[in-house]
Amino acid sequence: MKMLMKGTEAIAEAAIRAGCRLYFGYPITPQSELTEYMAKRMPEVKGTFLQSESEVATVNMLYGAACTGRKVMTSTSSPGFSLMQEGISYMAGAELPAIFINVMRGGPGLGDIQPSQSDYFQSTKGGGHGDYRMIVLAPHTLQEATNMMKEAFDLAFKYRMLVTILVDGMIGQMMEPVELPEWTKPEEFEEPNWALTGANGRKPRKVTSFDLDPYELEKMNLRYQETYKKVSQNEVKYEEFKIEDAEITVVAYGTMARIVKTVIDYARKSGIKVGLFRPITLWPFPYERLSEISKNVKNILTVEMSYGQMVEDVKLAVEEKSDVHFYGRSAGVVPTPAEILDAIKKIVR
Amino acid sequence: MIKSIIIAGFGGQGVMLMGKIIAEAAMFEGLNVTWLPSYGPEMRGGTANCTVVIGDEPIGSPVVDFPDVVIAMNIPSMMKFEEVLKKDGTMLINSSVIDREPSRKDIKVSKIDANKIADTIGNSKVLNMVTLGAFAKITGLIKIEAIGKALEETFASKNKKLVDLNLQAVEHGMKSVTD
Repeated sequence: MKMLMKGTEAIAEAAIRAGCRLYFGYPITPQSELTEYMAKRMPEVKGTFLQSESEVATVNMLYGAACTGRKVMTSTSSPGFSLMQEGISYMAGAELPAIFINVMRGGPGLGDIQPSQSDYFQSTKGGGHGDYRMIVLAPHTLQEATNMMKEAFDLAFKYRMLVTILVDGMIGQMMEPVELPEWTKPEEFEEPNWALTGANGRKPRKVTSFDLDPYELEKMNLRYQETYKKVSQNEVKYEEFKIEDAEITVVAYGTMARIVKTVIDYARKSGIKVGLFRPITLWPFPYERLSEISKNVKNILTVEMSYGQMVEDVKLAVEEKSDVHFYGRSAGVVPTPAEILDAIKKIVR
Repeated sequence: MIKSIIIAGFGGQGVMLMGKIIAEAAMFEGLNVTWLPSYGPEMRGGTANCTVVIGDEPIGSPVVDFPDVVIAMNIPSMMKFEEVLKKDGTMLINSSVIDREPSRKDIKVSKIDANKIADTIGNSKVLNMVTLGAFAKITGLIKIEAIGKALEETFASKNKKLVDLNLQAVEHGMKSVTD
């Protein structure tokens, strides 16, 4: 049965159903309802909810809990995500699986509380130090976000990697009917062979990002790179919408992608054939497929709630095979369908 | 079919809840919906609005440039959203608070004396549900059964009496709306 739910609440419930029983967080708009939902719900499912004193503490709680090989997560919004970056780098180096939900808001700095997509660089290129990557998933509807939670945990454990679900304040705050996913029982989950669970009766294990010997640290780094290569080869996801006959293809993710779907309807009614290419994994980015598409379309328009971040990856993929244009607003201002349609008309006419 | 509705008023008039009940009722009618709040630093006495999109096809944008229906609960809201209302669109105004006419002539205007009707029911807070009833009647988008189910879903866990009170308010609104 479908339920009308807020994005933040639907994501929280889906995470619990995916087997998450350890949540650490600190409230920040526009994701506070997720923290609130977890505070109420975790005790009901015999899980642990812990509100930290800051996001710096949150990420370190997550680090410790993830070492035990359990499904752990946190959620935050842009300034909070910045505070977590040091811990994220440590966790990536320690090859720990964990889920971060970043409900982006306008920045930089304290910014505002309205929707934004200006943490793309931070999420996909690494806001912390070192040669690390995290998998970044970008749902565009609440149903997709809900379905994605189990997949996020599966990816995190399969590759021992961090996964960020990157959404904006609109997905966090809006409501939409959601069909909640089936329950995954935590007891069906097999404890990973690296988990720190007490070395009683077995050899001690070590989870760390540290080695003072550069040749040993290099070995660790090469292992990370091997993992990232596998993820790039196997886990790229995207959606193509009406691109077959398109004279202009829009590249957009998350909320912007769903707004563009409406724009496509409007544009086609006025005789402009517009398509949409929607990256679902922002890292790994679908370079290869976008490269192929760009051979057959004259114009590519990237639309973002930022002043141009993903467009850099789009340009890397397109390599001047077609003209790459950009339209974006940021700081919490959401481009409307009419504005985007105008941007398209300026290019094709 | 895709229909968009903007509901706007003072914080505290219940515009967010009105939008939620409309969206939830439409969901129970088997339709797709999105509900998008303005969630800036609003407070009681400030202005608040939400956008509801209802459709029998998948809904793309929850953001609307030109709504089909505007429900205005106060004068600033009427003035702000009158400008973007579609031609031949519907403006439903709370005539208890709005003592003037919209200036556009190419739109349909309906009125509901929401505060007064709510007072006669005995609870001034239900003015939003009175208005919701008027909306249901003039647009035909949602039926009383679905509204009842949505109210049940929202209030039943708190208090069964609240469901009845709100449903009564909706019914009064349906009867009292004027074109």
